[in-house]
Amino acid sequence: MEAHAHAPAAHDEAAHPSAGLYAKVGLVLFVLTALEVGLYEITYGDHAGPFGAQVQPFFVPVLLLLSAAKFALVAMFYMHLKQDSRLFSGIFVFPLIIAIIIVFSLIVLMAYHFAFAKAG
Amino acid sequence: MTATAHAEPAGHLETSTGLDSRKLAIWTFIGSECLFFATLISNYLVHKETWLSGPGPFPHEVWKSPTGQVFEPIIEIPLVTLGTALLLFSSLFIVLALAGAQRGSRKMLVGWLAATIACGLFFVGMQVYEFTHFVHKGLTLHTNLFGASFFTLTGFHGTHVTIGVIWLITLWILAVRGKIPPAKSLNLEIAALYWHFVDVVWVVIFPVVYLIK
Repeated sequence: MEAHAHAPAAHDEAAHPSAGLYAKVGLVLFVLTALEVGLYEITYGDHAGPFGAQVQPFFVPVLLLLSAAKFALVAMFYMHLKQDSRLFSGIFVFPLIIAIIIVFSLIVLMAYHFAFAKAG
Repeated sequence: MTATAHAEPAGHLETSTGLDSRKLAIWTFIGSECLFFATLISNYLVHKETWLSGPGPFPHEVWKSPTGQVFEPIIEIPLVTLGTALLLFSSLFIVLALAGAQRGSRKMLVGWLAATIACGLFFVGMQVYEFTHFVHKGLTLHTNLFGASFFTLTGFHGTHVTIGVIWLITLWILAVRGKIPPAKSLNLEIAALYWHFVDVVWVVIFPVVYLIK
């Protein structure tokens, strides 16, 4: 195999988002992080009030949604999965799905284990 | 194999996929890292409250152990939030550095890469401070299963950040010497992919360990 002397691939660089879009994504990530911490503060933190008790059932699902949104933004825009070859997305997403299945399977498995252990 | 006329980056070896092998390799590595961190996160979630002694099993609140000992909350959310924000900003800074490398702007490359390294160093410093603080509060790797799983998970992440910082410092030195021209910007892009992965792993660890009770 030999190296080819090509001109730099203009299509690769042109496909990447502009600095302005990168900054907008950065701002959204910052806001989402602030929302996560804000949600924690009003639910369990020093500023938790009667409203916090009402929010508690939704706390974990909302937090996981915000986290997933941040994850997707970084993967799509900063890791360029939105513009790059779909093969890269496949190589990343396939193990990611297995990883998510591993996490939930182990949690369910251990929850049953401890439930039966407590029941004797 | 003979030379063919197609649009690929300079110096790019021909592959059956038409994609750069180095980029394919880093994505494969990142895919395997997803599984690695999934096991560590599972381990933490499963074991954190299964050994009710010492500080930690309920790190957000004052709690009384079965032996009657009272433990104060140990997690410092404001400090970790600052570290999280800086790690997220470092992802922005490194894509700006990459844009600079691709445009041939050395000033942009060197400046944004330095900002990325500074954020990474702050994060590592924050974690060293946090670990020291926990040890002073009596929580070590051996105290309970919370300690073991917490230090293993966040410690491995911190190690990844440290490796990333060392990698970026070497690239910064090369950039200062003018050895990252646009044709070699892929070297930075590969490091940036690793850095973004370290960031997205923390995006998951932060709520799971520090916010969810």
